[in-house]
Order: sequence, then structure tokens, then C-alpha cells
Amino acid sequence: MKTTLSLLAGAALMLTGATAHAQDFPNKTVTIVVPFAAGGPTDTVARLVGQAMSTALKQQVIVENVGGAGGTLGAGRVARAAPDGYTVLLHHIGHATSATLYRKLPYDTINDFEPVGLVTDVPMTMVAKKDLPPKDFKELVAYVQQNKDKVSYGNAGIGAASHLCGLMFMSAIKAQMTTVAYKGTGPAMNDLLGGQIDLMCDQTTNTTGQIKGGKIKAYAVTTKTRVPSLPDLPTMDEAGIKGFEVSIWHGVYAPKGTPKAAIDKLSAALKVALKDETVVKRFAELGTEPVAQDRATPAALGAHLKAEIAKWAPVIKAAGEYAD
Amino acid sequence: MELLSNLMIGIEVSMTPINLLYCLGGVFVGTLIGVLPGLGPTATIAMLLPVTFGLPPVSALIMLAGIYYGAQYGGSTTAILINLPGEASSVVTALDGYQMARQGKAGLALSTAALGSFFAGTVATFLLALFAPPLAEVALKFGPAEYFSLMVMGLVASVVLAHGSLPKAIAMILLGLLLGLVGTDVTSGTPRFTFDVPELADGINFVIVAMGMFGLGEIIRNLENEEVRDVFTRKISGLLPTWADFKQMTPAVLRGTALGSALGILPGGGAMLASFAAYSLEKKVSKNSKMFGKGAIEGVAAPESANNAGAQTSFIPMLTLGIPSNPVMALMIGAMIIQGIQPGPQVMTEQPALFWGIIVSMWIGNFFLVVLNLPMIGLWVRMLTVPYHLLYPAILVFCAIGVFSLNNSGFDIYLMAVFGVLGYVLSKLDCEPAPLLLGFILGPMMEEYLRRAMVLSRGDAMVFIERPISATMLAMAVIGLIVVLLPSIRKKRDEAFTEEG
Repeated sequence: MKTTLSLLAGAALMLTGATAHAQDFPNKTVTIVVPFAAGGPTDTVARLVGQAMSTALKQQVIVENVGGAGGTLGAGRVARAAPDGYTVLLHHIGHATSATLYRKLPYDTINDFEPVGLVTDVPMTMVAKKDLPPKDFKELVAYVQQNKDKVSYGNAGIGAASHLCGLMFMSAIKAQMTTVAYKGTGPAMNDLLGGQIDLMCDQTTNTTGQIKGGKIKAYAVTTKTRVPSLPDLPTMDEAGIKGFEVSIWHGVYAPKGTPKAAIDKLSAALKVALKDETVVKRFAELGTEPVAQDRATPAALGAHLKAEIAKWAPVIKAAGEYAD
Repeated sequence: MELLSNLMIGIEVSMTPINLLYCLGGVFVGTLIGVLPGLGPTATIAMLLPVTFGLPPVSALIMLAGIYYGAQYGGSTTAILINLPGEASSVVTALDGYQMARQGKAGLALSTAALGSFFAGTVATFLLALFAPPLAEVALKFGPAEYFSLMVMGLVASVVLAHGSLPKAIAMILLGLLLGLVGTDVTSGTPRFTFDVPELADGINFVIVAMGMFGLGEIIRNLENEEVRDVFTRKISGLLPTWADFKQMTPAVLRGTALGSALGILPGGGAMLASFAAYSLEKKVSKNSKMFGKGAIEGVAAPESANNAGAQTSFIPMLTLGIPSNPVMALMIGAMIIQGIQPGPQVMTEQPALFWGIIVSMWIGNFFLVVLNLPMIGLWVRMLTVPYHLLYPAILVFCAIGVFSLNNSGFDIYLMAVFGVLGYVLSKLDCEPAPLLLGFILGPMMEEYLRRAMVLSRGDAMVFIERPISATMLAMAVIGLIVVLLPSIRKKRDEAFTEEG
């Protein structure tokens, strides 16, 4: 059904693209491309925000899932889409890291897109199997430094946020763990629950339920401030690694050349959506919150994207691990 | 009795008129997309996910669950009627089901599938209600080493799937393994056999291979000899099983149900193995094993029961641990998150109405499926009399839509066409697609588990025989291999295998 809708929307786009004026934007359906499968955490964020933006724009907003190749297929599609504001991309931190992870990207991460605004920073948590000996984060650091590669660290594959979080952690405490790659954090969580692996760093969306159910141990959160849904968990910064900050941040982008009027309207709608009661409530249930209003802007996202590319490039290059 | 009071909660929730309606709607949509080749539950649930936004969580999940097992059911309909398995699990149903259809016993095959599935669904639902939490704990004992050994066992058993020559079957399995390796390597992130095509970076989707090899390949092959069609229009015998049929299929259904329930619990790909394993087991133990591949009723009953039992018990890791055992379960978890329910072990205690409501609804859904489908069998069978020039373009269109819906990518349709040609060439060479598909499914999983187990054991291969569950399964695989390779037994087997060709 959705596919048909987006097909129709696409056809309509081609027919009217030439005559559509930025002034009356939007006069037809806006498509948010999510470069991951439906039902995943990024898809959930897009659907929640999309619905609220739809009210603000007084137009239908639909989500189209174009998964594959670590999100670069979907991003590539938006980079090539007509720059009229009717096709936008909602991508997470992967948009910044893929700039380094992929040595041949079919698009330019910075120059092929117009930033619209930041959406949310989803915190991550450092979690472990139930019976890992360390009692707190300090002990964990000592334990990993002592046992080094005897400690196994699960992640969702090269370049995934769960992988990068581990790289950052290992370089901060100067100890190498054995990394074990999975196809997504779901199966990794399965092995963590079964005690097959020792440690993992995953977003609160996936870990909060397991932590509250007492099935896994949590040591710290990776954001600057504590997470309201897990108030007892210290931040990495508090617990001893100064300045450690990793979050799965999400941003909305339009193709390069999209008229400023359309970008402004999209950004304004995003701001309204982020104040929406349902969005705030659902985000809280996911263990996150919308970004502050002044960050849901093109300027803030543009600066953040550049900063994140610069932050991760040396980490990825040092590890020498690429996705192509 | 805690169980009784829990079941009462479930009945109360699932028996409300509105939830009954969503359940019926779910299984109806599920059957429909299952019957349409190429459209699978994953794509459908993904499309319907936003619709569930506005529904109460229980109704949403009841409907989505209904779509899932309804599609498992409907998928076997096309597998039997037109040799087109839409799901990995119906590949083996097609082996004997399609042969039955060609012998004019399509109705019998369909009703066997329906009744076997219903029985298996009922048993599996009770298992789910009684033992879900302890079973989930057992499943967690399965680490990478155990999964690897399980896959090895599955691969050895898969040789039995073939009913042509043994070397050709092994060649097909190996080709399947190779095709399964296309895509980004999980451990190193290196793309393999992708030829710089970004669409291949995540590997080839099973549906593309199945639609191409079975659907397109079959269509091309039939285009050259139109008279094959005659076998279908012959008089169609009884739609419902006779007493003798019942006696023949009952042990197969029981074994299939047991095997399917057990494998379905394992989140790392167990449910996918269920129907393959049940078929292989049945072929080994059945007195009627010579008939397998030529329209044995057990060859439909066993995998269909196993497949449905596995579909039900694969909810166990999802509901009790919040872990997705397949892409559909991942979508269900997504649906829960959209509804504001945090998936995880606490769902059972914090949301008893949801947990028990879904379980009871599954039994109701299975009942609906039988009621809905038994009267439909006559209609499905008549579909076989639709002339080629109408049926084939329709199948082609649905295959294309189904494949496109996977990832909204036109590249996938071209890829399906390539596999169609490959399927045609292979069928000309008397090579069967079923072993290829099993190799395709098992190969990448086997590799992933092997390497993960080796990484965790720091390169010590002993891990596979030091862990008791893993060692047991490897031992069974070795015994299976010996049985296949022992000359005396092989002679007998070869006879049974090549008689046809």
C-alpha cells in the first residue's frame, strides 16, 4: 500500500515538479526516506516525527524505507532526488561516519545535501552480561584493562554505532577487547542475555527493557547528561572517562539545491513536530527526547554534521576498518 | 491455577468483538498475501505498520501476528498449486505438494496442509502458554557453537531433500552456499562478490532467488511444452482426506509438530530449519519413503506442521525476551515500540493482557484459518484450470510487485529475471532448486556462527566438541553422513533417488 502510495507520489512529482513553486510548498505529499528497514529504531523516529510534521505542513507525510549498504543506498537516492523539498532524508549518525567508512561513496555527504535540522540524540548504554564481575564502571575499566582481549565485545558490525562506541571506549581506556560482529544488535543482545559475550554498547531503545527486567547489567550512559528513564546510571564522563560522548543523533536532510523557502518550511514544521505532545511522550518511552528548538535548524545540523565527521574520521582510520 | 487465570485474561482480551475482527482481518490478509506469489509477510507487515499507529496495542499485535501465520499458511497454497514457494519454509512443501497437484490431488494436499497446520498450531500455542519462559531460557543456552553444529546437521540432512542424482544435489547445495556468500562480510565488513554494485552489499534476498528459480524458471520451462498442462485439467479427486489418508499422515504431523516446536524456539534461525528438518526426518523414518518427491502425503503433512508449529513458537523469544528471531518478529518489536511498549522480559509481567491476549488469539487465528480455508480449497483448485496465457502474466506481475516491495528497488526485479534464466537452465540439466535454496539459507548462517564461535574461543576449534549440545549435534551429523556414504545403504538410496530420472 505504502509502496503504491510512494509510487503515485513519485509519478505526481515528475509530472508537476517543473511547475511547483516554492512559495506554495507543500502542495502535495512529502516523502521521508529512511535508509533502513521498517520497524527499526530510525524508522520509528521517522514515523513519529513524520506524522507530527504532517499536521504542521497540512500535507500528507509518508515514510519510505530504502534500506541497504549501511544507509548509503537511501542517502544516495535522496541525493539524486528532485531538489524541491518533497523528498527528504532522515538519517542518523551513520550519515557522518559513512563519509569515512566508505572510501567510494556515490554522493558527497556534505555537498550533496541541504541540512534541515536535528531531531533527537538517542543515548547509548554500556551493558554487560548479568554475571560479569565488575560492580561499577570504574571496576569495569580496570577489569577490561586487566583481561584485555579475554573480554568479548558484541556489536552490530563495522561502522555501526555500537561498534564505534566500543572503538571510542577502547581507545579511551587503552585496552583492546575481542570484538564480535553481529547482523544487528538484536542477535547480539541474544548472546549477551545468554552470557555468550561480555559487553555491548547499545541504544537505550533496545537496552532499557532488559536492564529494568534485570537480565543484563548496565554500567553507564554515553551522553553528557543522565537519562531520565535510567536515573541511577552515571554518565561515562561522571564515571571516569572525561569528555566521552556518543549518541545516535538523527537529522533531516533535503537534496542540494532545494529552495530556501521549502527548507525553511520543513525546518519550521520539524520544530513544531518536536514540541508535539505525542512525539515528546513517545520519545521519552524510547529513552530519548527531542533536541532543543534552536538545534532543529539547518545551521545547527550543518555544523553538527561537520563536527561529527571530524570526530569519527580519526577513530575509524586508526582502527583501519572500512566498509568497502 | 495461575495458568487458568492467565488464560482467562487472554480469552477476555482476544474474544472482544473488535479483537476477533482484527484477528480475522489479519489471517485473511495473511492468507491473501501468502497466496499471491512474491508478496511476503515481511513486506506486508512493514507496509501495514503505520496503520497500526491508531489501534490499541493488543489489537495491532493480534492483527500483525495473524498476518504472519496466515501468510505461512497461504504460502503453502501457491507452493502446492503452482510450485511457487513464497517463503523459505514452503520450499519443501512444494516438493511433494506440487507432485500431488499434478496427480489431481491438489485438494487433498491443501486440506492436509490445513489440518496439519491447525493441529501443529494448537499444540504449539499450548506449549507457548505453558512453558514460554523456561523454554526461552533453554534457547539462551544456544551459543554460536551450538548454532553452527545445528546448521551442519541441517546441511547433512538436506542431501536427503534431493530425489535426483546425489552429485547434482551436492553441486546445487554448493552453488547455494556460494550465492549465499554474496554481500558484506559481517565480521570484517568486506564486500564479497558484489562487483561494486551497492544493491548487492546486503546480499541477495531469499525471495528474489525463490521467485526467480521456482516461479520464472517454471514459467519459461512450461512455455516450451504446453501439453504438460493436461495433467492438471484431469479429474480432481476428493478434496478432503479419507480415513486411510488420515492414518498415513498422523504420525508425520506428530513428528513435524514436535520438531517444529523445538526448532522454532531458537531465535538464531531455528524456525527456518523446521520444515526442512521435518521433511528429511520423515523421509528417513517413513515406510513410504520411496514415494517422497513423487507426491507423498507425509511429505506435505510433516513440513507444513513443522512450519506452523515453528511459526508459533518463534514468538517465544520475542514475547519473553524481546528478541527478534526473524525479520517479521523484528517488525513486531518495532510495532510494540511504536505503541510505546518496551519489548523485553518485563512485557509478560507488566502487560499480561497483551501477552496472554496474543497467545489466545493465535489459537483463535489458527481456527479461523481452517474455517476460512477448507471451503476455499475447491476454489483454489479451480484456479489450476485458468489458462496459461492468463495465469502466467498474472504470476509474473505479482512476482515483480512482491520483489519490488522488498526494498523499493528496481534492481531486485532484474536480479529475479537473472535467477529465472538460471532456474530454467538448471531444470534443463535436471538439477533441483530445493537443495540450492537450502544451501543459500544455511551457508551464510553457518559461516557467521562458525566465525563467531571461533572468535569467542580465540581460535580454538575444540569449542565445537567441548560443549555438550554442540557435540551431540555434530555426532548426529557424522552418523547421518556415514549413513549416506555407506556403500550398501547408498546403493539402495541411489536406486530410490534416480528411479525417476
